Amino acid sequence: MKTKKFASLFLATTLLTGILAGCSGGDDESTSSEGGDTIKIGLNLELSGPVASYGSSEADGIDLAIEEINAAGGIDGKEIVPVKVDNKSDASEATNAAIKLTSQDNVSAIIGAATSGNTVAQVQIALDSKTPIITPSGTSPTVTVAEDGSVNEFTFRTSFIDPFQGTVAANFATQELKVKTAAVYADNASDYAKGLAESFIADFEAAGGKIVSEESYVAKDNDFRSTLTRIKSANPDFVFIPGYYEEVGLIVKQARELGITVPLMGADGWDSPTIVELAGAEALNNTYIINHYSAEDPDGKAKEFADKYEAKYGEAPNSFNALGYDTVYLLKDAIERAGSTDGAKIQEALAATKDLELVTGLYTVDENHHPIKSATILEFIDGKQVFNTKVNP
Amino acid sequence: MEWIQQLINGISLGSIYALIALGYTMVYGIIKLINFAHGDVFMVGSFIGFYSITVFGLGFFPALIISMTACALFGVIIERIAYKRLRNATRIAALITAIGVSLLIEYGVIYIRGAQPEAYPDVFSNKSFEFLGAQISIQSILILSVSVVLMILLQFIVHKTKTGKAMRAVSHDTEAAKLMGINVDNTISATFAIGSALAGAAGVVFGVYYTKIDPLMGVIPGVKAFIAAVLGGIGIIPGAMVGGLLLGVVETIVSALGFSLWRDAVAFVILILILIFRPSGIFGKNTREKV
Repeated sequence: MKTKKFASLFLATTLLTGILAGCSGGDDESTSSEGGDTIKIGLNLELSGPVASYGSSEADGIDLAIEEINAAGGIDGKEIVPVKVDNKSDASEATNAAIKLTSQDNVSAIIGAATSGNTVAQVQIALDSKTPIITPSGTSPTVTVAEDGSVNEFTFRTSFIDPFQGTVAANFATQELKVKTAAVYADNASDYAKGLAESFIADFEAAGGKIVSEESYVAKDNDFRSTLTRIKSANPDFVFIPGYYEEVGLIVKQARELGITVPLMGADGWDSPTIVELAGAEALNNTYIINHYSAEDPDGKAKEFADKYEAKYGEAPNSFNALGYDTVYLLKDAIERAGSTDGAKIQEALAATKDLELVTGLYTVDENHHPIKSATILEFIDGKQVFNTKVNP
Repeated sequence: MEWIQQLINGISLGSIYALIALGYTMVYGIIKLINFAHGDVFMVGSFIGFYSITVFGLGFFPALIISMTACALFGVIIERIAYKRLRNATRIAALITAIGVSLLIEYGVIYIRGAQPEAYPDVFSNKSFEFLGAQISIQSILILSVSVVLMILLQFIVHKTKTGKAMRAVSHDTEAAKLMGINVDNTISATFAIGSALAGAAGVVFGVYYTKIDPLMGVIPGVKAFIAAVLGGIGIIPGAMVGGLLLGVVETIVSALGFSLWRDAVAFVILILILIFRPSGIFGKNTREKV
């Protein structure tokens, strides 16, 4: 009994010393590396929590890009030093991480977070400290444009925005699939899905199509059969389902069971292996998704990236990997053109980015800091995402 | 033909509610406890079925039986550990304990396996056939037949066996039953075992029908089943069946009319209305409070 107590006390003491040592070690590092021959970049990513798969996928892509750049001599001879912080998929943690990165680590720029909400949480800090932040995959327009319509000067993004995906879906449905009528079944609880649904409806109707049914569901629901039955009786040629994979997987499965055989389409929220598990490969046939990137894209730059990624990690990259990778190159381009590691100068250069060739397409920034870039359409065939076509804006 | 389809959707959903509601109602009938942990027994049953199918490669029926047996045991353990010592405590103490047990099970499961959802494998083909213009899937028929068989079995146990007779006696008057030589503790355990087994069966059926299961999946169906039990008259077994089916059909009709976002709200409105206008439920008798 006594030895046990002693052992636990001993363990606690060692742990405590370990933590203290860790702290002081970290401080040493940050003060010593404030020299002029490195560029510090903060990574404020979701490495744990509900959307950890987005953040850690991006971290893999970012690591690959930084490794490559440093191997090739860095940016203007300066090595990139990443400072990685886990924001635990939580907005207040993301704010804390941004404060730490800007005030303690003095980074030149921040990459992250992966989701719109966690990026919005850092906007004010970026502005106050004049540190540009780039979200690889925050697709909500509110990330770069504040509610009053003014642009968040120091916030940028690599991915396209939500409403653009709705436009792409509408164009694809009317031009490629040549459908006349469509139904929309959107997640009522997320701004993401509502934004997509709105832009889809506007563009589909503008192209001469007719929306025959507009329904919504609540996230975390399991039973979609009754609403799907309603959609079925409206007899659409095409169903647009903006939402996230957990519900969409079930919707696709239940729709097919009820005999809805028309093409179904969604956006990047569908992109997860879980959707195949939930819906089943057979039910997913004849469904399309919009995405930022496809590992099967025949384009030279995309293919080169896919090969390099596979060589390092042993698996094909997903779009989050590609967006993380691209974000580093977007930043590299801006730092080179700015010729400085000063936040305000990098910001100016980022805002002037034009026709930059990236893995996920040609990238130009518009006055709202929304990228003008292409989107990829993928089709599910027997549970695999197969490259279908690339749609330019 | 849309309405036939909707009716089938509603009955399938309702029979899951009914299976869970039976456990609520039986436990309430015998010890006047609303066992809020019941929805979590349903969740545990679903996971046991899932692991029996994926890890041990069993078919649907063996998985169903394993899950029911394990849940029966689990229910008895919960009763022996958490509720037995509170038998003579106030009802509010027992109720709060039930909520505690519920949270313990939910977060215990998250602690063991994480919070990520799991997809039930296809144990039956997704095939469906046309009937009067409605698509009826084999799974809906399965849900319905499993529920009906279990309900008939329950009626048989309650009305034709000695345990059932003891259950009815204890529910009627615990003290008198004890004086007649009935082992009250064992009878209560048996009630928990049967109720929990039904919840386990509902869990497996739910998994097969709705595919996605996760550690917090029991919360909403648990509450809905509670509403179903109150609707039918809590403590009355046929009431739970009718209440469950009725609630499933009503929810489906609400969605079918295009108010899918109001579906949960309607369920709770039903609960409130029932509690105001007919607290004893559809099948309940209005008994005057003894002074």
